[in-house]
Amino acid sequence: MEIKREALPQDMDFRSRQLMSRDMLRGTLEDEDLERFVEQAVMTTTLDKAVAWAQGNSIYPMTFGLACCAIEMMSIVAARVDIARFGFEAFRASPRQADLLILSGRVSTKMAPVIRRIYDQMLEPKFAISMGACCSSTGVFNNYALVPSDKFMPIDVHVPGCPPRPEALAHGILKLRDKIQHNEREGWRERYDAVGTEEVVAVAAGSDSGKAGGPISITDRHGVALTASTGEAAGA
Amino acid sequence: MTALGDYRKREESISYSVESAGMGETHELLSLNIGPHHPATHGVLRLIATLEGEVVRDIKPIIGYVHTGIEKTAEQKSYWKAIPVVERMDYLSYYFNAMAYCGAVETLLGLEVPPRAQYLRVIHLELNRIMSHLVWLGTSALDLGAMSMFWYCFRERETILDLFEMSSGQRMHTRYFQIGGVFEDIPLGFAEKLQKFVDAMPARADQYADLLEKNQILLSRLRDTCILDEQTLLGWNVTGPLLRAAGNPWDLRKAAPYSSYDHFEFKIPVGSVGDNYDRYRVRHAELYESTKIIDQALNGLPEGPTIADDRKVVLPPRHELATSMEALIHHFKLVTEGFRVPEGEAYYPIESPRGELGCFVRSDGSAKPARVHMRDPSFVNLQSTAPMVKDSYIADLIATLAMVDPVLGGVDR
Repeated sequence: MEIKREALPQDMDFRSRQLMSRDMLRGTLEDEDLERFVEQAVMTTTLDKAVAWAQGNSIYPMTFGLACCAIEMMSIVAARVDIARFGFEAFRASPRQADLLILSGRVSTKMAPVIRRIYDQMLEPKFAISMGACCSSTGVFNNYALVPSDKFMPIDVHVPGCPPRPEALAHGILKLRDKIQHNEREGWRERYDAVGTEEVVAVAAGSDSGKAGGPISITDRHGVALTASTGEAAGA
Repeated sequence: MTALGDYRKREESISYSVESAGMGETHELLSLNIGPHHPATHGVLRLIATLEGEVVRDIKPIIGYVHTGIEKTAEQKSYWKAIPVVERMDYLSYYFNAMAYCGAVETLLGLEVPPRAQYLRVIHLELNRIMSHLVWLGTSALDLGAMSMFWYCFRERETILDLFEMSSGQRMHTRYFQIGGVFEDIPLGFAEKLQKFVDAMPARADQYADLLEKNQILLSRLRDTCILDEQTLLGWNVTGPLLRAAGNPWDLRKAAPYSSYDHFEFKIPVGSVGDNYDRYRVRHAELYESTKIIDQALNGLPEGPTIADDRKVVLPPRHELATSMEALIHHFKLVTEGFRVPEGEAYYPIESPRGELGCFVRSDGSAKPARVHMRDPSFVNLQSTAPMVKDSYIADLIATLAMVDPVLGGVDR
């Protein structure tokens, strides 16, 4: 088969390049094989994949330590494991700026609602790693005080150990990167009702809207108010 | 009303709104919530600070966010199986937790610990003290903006954890201390590696001092801030480096020596002013003293067994199980039921990196402890934060909290 090579027009879009490559291969490969080849080998980088690649390589974990594992979590930033090699070293103190919540330690019943709220405050795309035995299964304690993190929020990767070595956590983060890049979401979010739970500050419609001191309300995605707005402003 | 309901009610009654302090329009008090998720609280501590402008008038610590029920869990395990859970209380000084607990049980049993085991315990305790101070120094310096300290401190910490891993197989929560001694003798090559570390450590500590003590920002943030005098600290039952920074040389290693601490020569660093700078200096000086103790213990390490020879309490050596029926029976009894401890109570205080760590164990004659309670220095020392930071700037609150060095795992247990 003769393949004619021509320079592609500059303004040719991505889709038409894919179609052209498919035409070029017709005859050599058929139907499904052709589809797969085009998908994988010729033009792998669809936009989604490019985004997933970028997301997976620039995870911003949150500065959030609970107990013993937090010390080992700190050491992944230090010289020996140095997670900066993979681009995950930028720890962010605010949940709004972070996209990975590493639950490092034991989750008590008093802390669990706080953690869920922090997770809800993080913006999509967001991921969670449960580090260590305690927050995966309550570990050696297994008593009244602790709650496994799977009970109240979706966890993407569990890292076993008590506490896990820094290398183990680094491995867990790399697993998470693979997961993000291959889009293996597995429906976790839906099961935990954890999609679109970001708290949104909505300015109420009305003549005073937008001005300082105007009525604001914080709602979740169902429109249920999380904090009440000021009394007299509600009528406006 | 139950205690929990009462607590909730009090918690909900806290007002975060601006309130007038009756000093005119510009003077109003603001309640600021810090934590439980805040990078500068060193764990999940929650503080409610009452501010007047930038000045802290009062703080209320709210604890319990890592309450793990360890004391209760320890009651459900036989004596030797409670060691791992007890170790996880103050997660930066696991050897100390194990030491206090084992010491209390050994007191109840009247068990004599062989000298080699005592020396090995001292080596590991002091390594742990250095490790704990390094984590404190790295994270505190991070809070004060000295970022590079973190990497230097964690470099040495990794060396120490390698040694822990060599002797016990784990980096943290090693469970190296057994009731009656230590789990195993140190392996080949441990002594050489430790000697190398001991030789290098003073120079490293000098390096830290060079980095920090010539830094004008750090000095102005630490010097003469949040001074608290010795009497007030004693009134709050504060022990450890905080008390020593105020000039009181109280250290249980000298005051009531345990585990052969009286065999070693070392000094107790004390401060003179009692400000944050002294708190830093005292801990920094302890790095040198601990290194000295390790050096002496390593070079004077006596020969002999590493665990007591009481077959009713200590597991028989592995090789005897194949030849001795009696050893097999003892092994079976110890692993299934555990050993029984005579009725009584014991309180065993030791000097942890944060102060007096005491373990109270009450026995009812069975194979499980009737009560295990820890007097954790973090919990007691945390109370002194409020008088320390009263009428100082909120930036000093962060520095003081770093210098108090509370470990919330120990506070909440």
